[in-house]
Amino acid sequence: MAGVWVFAETVDGTPKPVVLELLTKARSLGETTAVALGPGAAKSAETLGKYGAKTVYIHEDSAFRDVLATPAVELLARLVEKDPPDLVIFGMTYDGRDVASRLSARLGTALIANATDIAAKGGSWAVVSPMFGGSLLVTTVPITRGPALVLIRPKAVTAEPAASAGAPQVETLTDPVDTSKPLARVLRREIEKASGPKLEDAAIIVSGGRGLGAPENFKMLDELAAELGAAVGASRAVVDAGWKPYSFQIGQTGKTVKPTVYIALGISGAMQHTVGMKGARTIIAINKDPEAPIFKLADLGVVGDVHKIVPQLIQEVRSRKGK
Amino acid sequence: MNVLVCVKQIPDPNAPGKLDPQTKRLVREGVDLVLDPGDEHAVEAGLQLVEKDAGEVTVISMGPPRAVDAIRRALAMGAHRGILVTDPALENSDAISTARAIAAAIKGQTYDLIVCGTESTDGSSGAVPAQLAELLGLPLLSFAKKLEVGDGKAMIDRQTDDGYDVVEAPLPAVVTVTGGINEARYPALRGIMQAKNKEVKQVGLSDIGLAGQAGKAALTQEVVDATPAEARKAGEIVEDKGDGAKRVADFLKELKVI
Repeated sequence: MAGVWVFAETVDGTPKPVVLELLTKARSLGETTAVALGPGAAKSAETLGKYGAKTVYIHEDSAFRDVLATPAVELLARLVEKDPPDLVIFGMTYDGRDVASRLSARLGTALIANATDIAAKGGSWAVVSPMFGGSLLVTTVPITRGPALVLIRPKAVTAEPAASAGAPQVETLTDPVDTSKPLARVLRREIEKASGPKLEDAAIIVSGGRGLGAPENFKMLDELAAELGAAVGASRAVVDAGWKPYSFQIGQTGKTVKPTVYIALGISGAMQHTVGMKGARTIIAINKDPEAPIFKLADLGVVGDVHKIVPQLIQEVRSRKGK
Repeated sequence: MNVLVCVKQIPDPNAPGKLDPQTKRLVREGVDLVLDPGDEHAVEAGLQLVEKDAGEVTVISMGPPRAVDAIRRALAMGAHRGILVTDPALENSDAISTARAIAAAIKGQTYDLIVCGTESTDGSSGAVPAQLAELLGLPLLSFAKKLEVGDGKAMIDRQTDDGYDVVEAPLPAVVTVTGGINEARYPALRGIMQAKNKEVKQVGLSDIGLAGQAGKAALTQEVVDATPAEARKAGEIVEDKGDGAKRVADFLKELKVI
């Protein structure tokens, strides 16, 4: 049976949601091992087991939390050498990308990014990745010896607990972490709080782009979102322009969301953005440019001026809720 | 302060990308090729650092001979010289070969910082900068929206899920920048003229000691299939004639959102 490892990112001992998705996929592919690193990692073992990890490697050194990528790469390289798995999967997250990319250079093995699915294929793996904003599905097969490294996009798999999960075998590692080399150290973390539901979990998302014209026009999005119980998101153009903090960004370099309803306001629908939201069940778009690519995805598209329509929409929603 | 900036020439991202159904490779014929817009921010970041201090910006790329145009664009913005790694054997390289070729080509260069975009706009895997850092044994400061250099260190604001982290590394280091880090300058006519006389060194795999170790000879993966994704069912597109908001509200009601 193939050995499949999951890089299990945890925050204070809680696995990130993508980790449970990775485990759900991993256990369908082979005997699953999770590697959880950093302070509090031991607390995550039970949950990791519940989602299919038979073995959990734990290392609680604070360097895994406070230094970017390299301590995890050193440890994974050592573990892989000792007991090579066939596949190591990572979430396509900020840290997952750094760790997987560095590890691929260290091991000289295949790295496939942006994946949404993996299947066993003739002794290797068929990895599906969307290209061009998801309009094309490309299947790639690793052809190197040694474990293939695959980065899976968040929300590509629906996380489900394993039907018959026993307690995982926990291997606690204590080997020293080398911090003598030049390293990228985290000095402090800044949290940008948003009101309302979290983007990742929201059933309804109201999202704004450059078409809003100015940062203060996001106020009407906040208002609409409050009426709908929605979270507010933004395109990269808007975040790059400094109108909204990073934590609002939806797309390739931001968050992947899968709400029931996605309302795109003044968003053109560049591939960078659509790859992060095209999994929404229903998409509503308002944009003044009838040629905007977002209309190709929209279930309902309104060609018009967001500055006019959104305030009217807020009134419409209010009056209907009142009934 | 000397800065190396890695750039990539890509098909114009405003034109829809196509894959050749036979070779499963990006169609580059008949498509305008441009300096990746994400890389313009990397060039800008490099220029701002050397303008504050003394030093030079060297632009490096790997690609076919015509990728020299992307380097010239960066030179027109103000970069000082270019290096193009070009070799028929590098055609269809994967990320790790690209990283190896760049790592080998910059051996012997003196630099304090290597700046890259976070990912190419066409491929979007974003693997090369981290692979390059690993091959060179350097720290990587990734997803930077803000970059400051001083006292032999680089400090960035690094994008996270719920905000940003302030991260620091000693020089030399590799930094990847997001589009939010700066407004990239537009080349002036004078810059375009000057760029024509700036040096662009072209090197092949044997020049950098990598013959047989990168490109086709070192492929780690193979694209076996490319099929159009199931398109979303065509929706209804209406023009706002004063009833746009009502249409949206009706639809939200239908969806039981309100």
